[in-house]
Amino acid sequence: MTETKTTPFRIVCYKFKQRKTALAAGIFIVLLALVAVFAPVIAPYDPYATDYGLSMLPPSAQHWAGTDLYGRDILSRIIYGARISLAVGLTSVLVGALAGVALGLISGFFGGFLDGLIMRTSDVLFAFPGILLAIAIVAILGPGLVNVVVAVSVFSMPTFARIVRGSTLALKESLYVRAARSIGASRKRIMFVHIMPGTLSGVIVYFTMRIGTSIITAASLSFLGLGAQPPTPEWGAMLAESRDYIGVADHMTIFPGIAIFLTVLFFNLFGDGLRAALDPKLK
Amino acid sequence: MLRYFFKRCAAIVPVLVVVSVLACGFVRLLPGDPARMMAGPDADAATIEMLRAQLGLDRSLPVQYVTYMGNVLRGDLGRSLKTKLPVFQEISLRYFPTMILAVAGMAWSVLFGVFFGAVAAIYNGRWQDYTAMLISVSGISLPQFWLGLLAIQLFAVYLGWLPVAGFTGRWSELVLPSFTLGATVAAIMARFTLSAFLDVLNEEYISTARAKGVPERRVMWKHAFRNALIPVVTMAGLQFGFLLGGSVVVETVFAWPGLGRFMIEAVAVRDYPVLQALLLLYSFHFVFINLLVDMVYALINPEIRFE
Repeated sequence: MTETKTTPFRIVCYKFKQRKTALAAGIFIVLLALVAVFAPVIAPYDPYATDYGLSMLPPSAQHWAGTDLYGRDILSRIIYGARISLAVGLTSVLVGALAGVALGLISGFFGGFLDGLIMRTSDVLFAFPGILLAIAIVAILGPGLVNVVVAVSVFSMPTFARIVRGSTLALKESLYVRAARSIGASRKRIMFVHIMPGTLSGVIVYFTMRIGTSIITAASLSFLGLGAQPPTPEWGAMLAESRDYIGVADHMTIFPGIAIFLTVLFFNLFGDGLRAALDPKLK
Repeated sequence: MLRYFFKRCAAIVPVLVVVSVLACGFVRLLPGDPARMMAGPDADAATIEMLRAQLGLDRSLPVQYVTYMGNVLRGDLGRSLKTKLPVFQEISLRYFPTMILAVAGMAWSVLFGVFFGAVAAIYNGRWQDYTAMLISVSGISLPQFWLGLLAIQLFAVYLGWLPVAGFTGRWSELVLPSFTLGATVAAIMARFTLSAFLDVLNEEYISTARAKGVPERRVMWKHAFRNALIPVVTMAGLQFGFLLGGSVVVETVFAWPGLGRFMIEAVAVRDYPVLQALLLLYSFHFVFINLLVDMVYALINPEIRFE
């Protein structure tokens, strides 16, 4: 008999490591985060520096991803863009998750009128297709990155609330929660110490899956002119600028798109791996 | 069944009311005085006052709501601030292009999604499975506007096979936009088909069929595939709303004369009567599609309606 303890956390880590793609995705995400943090050191040029003499040059040794209409280095803009996309993706999901978890807990734990109110409100939010809701919110608040974060958070919220409500309802009736209640644990303690941790595995999985969607939505809104405004080096906004030069300067379309695609792809693969690791039903 | 039908219909009424109140009160949520904002910076007091009365902003919210919804029921959605034409007319011009785009996108996504999902399930654990699922996860990660731009680049600009953008009623113009629109949903459908298919393959009647010597091909297509399709059909219905939302982006890429692009134009110039009407229209569609899907599901699966 070996003495190593098999904690649930270790099992999850082990299962996760078995999925090679998910592990690779995790490494890519860490690298991307480093690129974002050290953008000023890594980027070869100033992302805002214009030079009309260098307008729309194809990729070369000096400019690996070519230059855009204003002669700005596209690679540098993509590197700085990583900051925006990661920040927008993470913050909007985080805000949506915090609010959603709180609402889901309240809804599932207290039931009754509050539950009805919260769930009907989320029904209403579900009645608008995600991006349309975001567009409506931006129409009210005005274009801009911060408002995009607000919009994307709002439409992530109801799903988190539903996930947490579902597991809260199940956990509320579980034996250990009843036991806690019978020894006189306060409501607050039962909610936060006994129930909330149990709901988190579902939340974590959805959280990672949602980051990819949020990055795409935020980039879409910027592409539509509702998010980041020029000259901000945002990937979606860069693609919007490239639209008129298809067939003239294809590199302007290709590279920012690859950046979005790979980032979202790796977040999705990472989320898939996490789900596989955290779901006891899957081997 | 009839009881279930009425119960579900009754359940959507409050949702519809709240959605319409939101779409209506939307103008009220704007910072500042909406009438002044709509009138523009150099409008005089009389114009602003007239606009306010025209929009019903001088009355209380409930009155405003009842008036607006009353008008909506009579087909009067107000006038566009930009073109001065009735919103109803503007919307009816663009309704068909958006719907045909969404329906065509749905057709692609069911076709490809079910195909890739079925391949992954039949070859579960082999390279065909991994390839199909890699394509699927890539499809989910592709931003539609980028896919659209790439498609234009390749098929319209370089190969010249299909038109670049716009819609004048020719089928060839529908190919690229609908394909782009359907790609994400196709990827979602593929994953869903895979899991539905695998669930069915675990059923006892599949083992029974195999045990009594039914050829494997027949087991797959006749016994498994047909049953796996039931949840897939439901999923397809639910994704239709997603397609309607996606049409906003795709229509902008392809300069498609539909509701989605109209909405973006309306946001840009703050054309609130148009936005109100479009929000109402989109969300009502969404709610009714979900209702329809529930009904179909209840028809197929009796367990639901006796719950």
